Amino acid sequence: MTLRDEIQQVIDGEPVAIFMKGTPERPACGNSLRALQALWGAGAPITAVDILPDPRIRQELSALTDWPTIPQVFVKGELIGGADITEELFASGDLGRKLDAALGADREQVVKTVVLAATPA
Amino acid sequence: MVSDTIRGLLEQTFPDASVDVVDRTGGGDHFHVTVGSTSFEGLSLVEQHRLVNRALAEPLADGSIHELRITTKGNPTHDAA
Repeated sequence: MTLRDEIQQVIDGEPVAIFMKGTPERPACGNSLRALQALWGAGAPITAVDILPDPRIRQELSALTDWPTIPQVFVKGELIGGADITEELFASGDLGRKLDAALGADREQVVKTVVLAATPA
Repeated sequence: MVSDTIRGLLEQTFPDASVDVVDRTGGGDHFHVTVGSTSFEGLSLVEQHRLVNRALAEPLADGSIHELRITTKGNPTHDAA
């Protein structure tokens, strides 16, 4: 499986995916942290991919999504935006409503990290 | 100045726009742009931000913008505050 396939699989397969700098435990960028906090505040389950270990992750991701910056947040395969939009949607309550509609209101809030197999260890 | 380049590119892409560019750190590479334009009406936030990202594709790609925050508004006569 190519790196691009792996990225697509995370986007399509995870309820809420965030491609970020660092991990939820150790965010390496203020914008990734802002997006995480908004997702957490809205009660989202979070699947995180750290893009820093291999520059190709970011290249492939941006080529796939036509979105130049990090983080990138997806709900059920749909790009909802970067840190600014995610924060904006949280502040307006739209993020919670979107999650309710996509995942149900009684969703479990778990956080996990996916390491892409094509990434050198 | 990169902020002048950014303003120019945004005004070129959105001729009716009110454009505000803030150098957030004073270092000349972390920016917050606020764009009010009728071009955004009827578009989702993702589509609105895509238009801004496209307008700034060059400085984003060559690294002169290290970090970009975007606020979009449908009305060009927005209050910058």
